[in-house]
Formats: sequence, structure tokens, C-alpha cells
Amino acid sequence: MKVLPFGDRALLAEFDSLHETMAAFRSLDAQRRPGLVELVPAARTVLVEVDPELLSLRAAEQWLRAASDSQRLAVADTIAAKPVVIPVCYNGPDILDAAAILGISANELISRHSLAEWRCAFIGFAPGFAYLASEYADFSMSRRKTSRPSVPAGSVGLAGEFTGIYPRSSPGGWQLIGTTDATLWDETRWDESSVTPAMISPGTIVRFEVVEP
Amino acid sequence: MSQQHPASVTVIQPGPMTIIQDRGRPGLAHLGVGKSGAMDRAALALANRLVGNAPDAAGLEILFGGTELTVDEAIWFAVTGARGEVRVSGRLVPLDTATLAEPGERISFGAAESGIRYYLAMRGGIDTDPVLGSRSRDTLAKLGPDPLTAGQELPLGVEPADPIPSIDVVPVRTPTTGTVTIELRPGPRRDWFEHNAWSLLVDSEWRVSPRSDRSGIRLEGPALGRTDTRELPSEGMMPGAIQVSPDGAPTILAVDHPVTGGYPVIAVVTNYALDALAQLRPGQGIRFRVATGRS
Repeated sequence: MKVLPFGDRALLAEFDSLHETMAAFRSLDAQRRPGLVELVPAARTVLVEVDPELLSLRAAEQWLRAASDSQRLAVADTIAAKPVVIPVCYNGPDILDAAAILGISANELISRHSLAEWRCAFIGFAPGFAYLASEYADFSMSRRKTSRPSVPAGSVGLAGEFTGIYPRSSPGGWQLIGTTDATLWDETRWDESSVTPAMISPGTIVRFEVVEP
Repeated sequence: MSQQHPASVTVIQPGPMTIIQDRGRPGLAHLGVGKSGAMDRAALALANRLVGNAPDAAGLEILFGGTELTVDEAIWFAVTGARGEVRVSGRLVPLDTATLAEPGERISFGAAESGIRYYLAMRGGIDTDPVLGSRSRDTLAKLGPDPLTAGQELPLGVEPADPIPSIDVVPVRTPTTGTVTIELRPGPRRDWFEHNAWSLLVDSEWRVSPRSDRSGIRLEGPALGRTDTRELPSEGMMPGAIQVSPDGAPTILAVDHPVTGGYPVIAVVTNYALDALAQLRPGQGIRFRVATGRS
């Protein structure tokens, strides 16, 4: 892990791989402490923002180094989490293109995608838009050459190594392989303690379940 | 001055963009939700204090002016932030001071002469339904209450227990129209740039682009060249981060920035300096200075 400067109230922890980043985030998330304002995971980094009156940058760096060390990562990883199951109708407009890019049939894609275990690495692009990665399945995928001006809410897409689900209608360039009627984002589902508007948040394990059209 | 039932205000003219703002939604970035909130935090905090509101009360952020409102009952209010002519039924009212508007009176905002964002706090605060714990409008994520429209009625909350404070002198950072100096510190990708990029950033006078908004302040000036041209995987962002796009143009992210971004951050504006950014006008000059000392 490298710790990079980010102004007067944040640090950026950088890791070598997505999976190292995901493990470090889960470990840090499980050991949050007062003065921590935001913990923002991404593909290779975790942004740590502090309230400097409660937690200095120097103390935050010490916490970061201790809380993300490998021994504790292992402990955090053993905390079994129940997967969120997302029902998907694999009828997306790009499913044949996506299968062709992977060099397999559409049925093979559906079977690999629904058998794999996915985990939310981070949320980006829009509120509740989860980037899901799978450790054991290769879904390396290029984006569409042209972006769609409007992708319907509930669309399930592939881009890079990620599966994403559009929580609400927006423009987008992911290869769309299916749709779900699961409510991924609900702003009314919130309170100050633990209720979250996002069905999937960083660290959540996700499985996709095939639904016939 | 206590009221039996909460008052309301009616929007006659919304102006170019008037939105409801409070302290925003810190702590939700990992869910893809940015902080949002008043862009000039100190100005909204002062306006709330002047009318005895709690610090988390919601007020209006009024871009440029042109806004007109009527009050249905006697309401204490205070205007802070941008400097310009604010009137109640034609009478000029002092800024940074609590003023009483009588029932049926009209509060109107002239064009901002320095700064560009007025803040209006009304006693009791604006009492729309909170979204994820805040009444702020996030203009990028389209979260929270829509911008004001003509004819809209805004409910106010119950009057706070605290009286209107009697304050003679308040500390105010008055917006200026001249070149402002903003402090910054190194960002995570400073070493992705050509060796002269840092001195260009710190030694140049920059201009605020008219394409600036609540998601970012775009700067016009010399191009900051990169030596490392790899594609950067998206990483977490925060207000004040100075992102440089592939053409070399820097943008200072503001309160409604995307939660993650894929352009390298060369430097980050200090927390204290963020409020001054909120008041920069298109074409106004900015210089940067490297902050010293420990944070």
C-alpha cells in the first residue's frame, strides 16, 4: 500500500490490484473510528477523508496502515456475509455482442454469469451504481463503441471486469445483457443509524438468478 | 414574536437558479452520494445564526439574483454571501443583519455586484422533506428538492427556541471582484505531470470559465502537461480537488462533483478556501499559493 497526499483533510491509499483494494476497504470499513468523514473505495484506491479537529492526518495515516494490514484483512474476510440475490432476465440487447467478445455462446455467458460469485467493489458514476467484480470468472469486456443516450433503470451490463446495474435511467455505454426488477436504490430507505438506500454497497456479495422472460 | 403555526413563503420569480441548501450529506460517498450542501458554507452558517436558527437549517442559495419572494406572515430573515441590492417592498435592507418582513411583503434580490451566490435564511428554516438526511439539492446527481419555480410555496419550520441574537458586528469575508488568492496543497498525482506543471499552476494567474457550476470551477490559463499518460482508474474525489483533463485544463471540483473521477488530481484546495471559490464570478482571476504548516 502506498499513501498519497490529498490536500489538508484527506489521504489516498493506493493498492496493487482490485482485490487487494476490496479487501483493504472491508477491513477499514470494519474498523471505522471517530473523525473519519468518508471512506471512498474505487478500483485501486481508498480515499480517507477526516475531520482534522477530531483526527489528524498523521493519526489517520497510522490508523490506515494498521487497519489495512494483511493479518486483519484475513480476519475481515472470514466474516461470512449473506449474498444479495438479484433476479435477472438475460434478454439484454447486447448479449450476443458480449458473448462474441468473450468467444462463447450466449447460453454459456448466462451460465457463467449466474454461477459466479460477485462482490461489490465500489459505487461510482451515479448514486447506488455498484461495480461488481468476480474473482474467479473472466468477464473482460470492452464498452460499446457508442454510448446510449438513455439506459433504462434495472439494466444489467458488463464493462471491463465489472458487472453493473443501472439503479435509475441514465446515459451509458455498458454492454447490456439483461434486466432486473429489483429495487437497487430507494431514497426513502434511510435512517441515521444503519438503514441504507442502496441494496448493494461496497463489500456486499451478489449472486444473479436466472429468470425466464 | 412566537407563532401559532409555521409560516410559508411564495416564489414570485425564481431567478436564474435558486435552490434549497443546508449542510449537505457528508458520509455517504461510498454509496455514490456526494456531499452537496451550500457552496459557501460560512455564508449559510452566518445567515442561520443571524436569525437564531440551528446550524443545520435549510436556506436558499440564490445564483446571481433576480429572485422575488413574498412572505405570508411576519418573518425574520438574513441575507449573506454575494453583495448586491436586496429590498423588502422597495426598501433597501442591510446584508448580514436580521430584518423583519411584515405579512404580504416582497423580498427581492438585485443583480449580485460582487460574489455570485446570495444565501437567504428565514427564521424556522425551509421545511421541505429531507432526502437522505438533507434538504440540499445535488444538481449533478439530481437528488433533493428541485430548483425553485414561480408560484411555488415553501413551508417554514417552527420557530427555534433561541431568540434573534443581538449582534452588532459579525465576521464577514466579503466577496471581492478582483483576483483572489486560494491556498492549496499537493494532490495524489502531482508526479504524473511535467516538471514545470506545478510552477505553472502556482505562478500563473487563472481565469474562472463561464462554464463553471456547482460541480466544478473550470479554469482558463496555460495547459498543464502530463508525463504519465496512462489511463487512471477512477478514484475517490472531494470538493477542492484540482483535476486536470487530457487537454491540460484544470477544474477545481465543487460540492456537487462526481463522487469518483478518472482525471489525475495535481493539487487540492484547502478546506478553508472552498467557501471563497463559491463566490467567484466568470472571468474573475485566481492565483494559488501553497499552504504551509501542518494541518
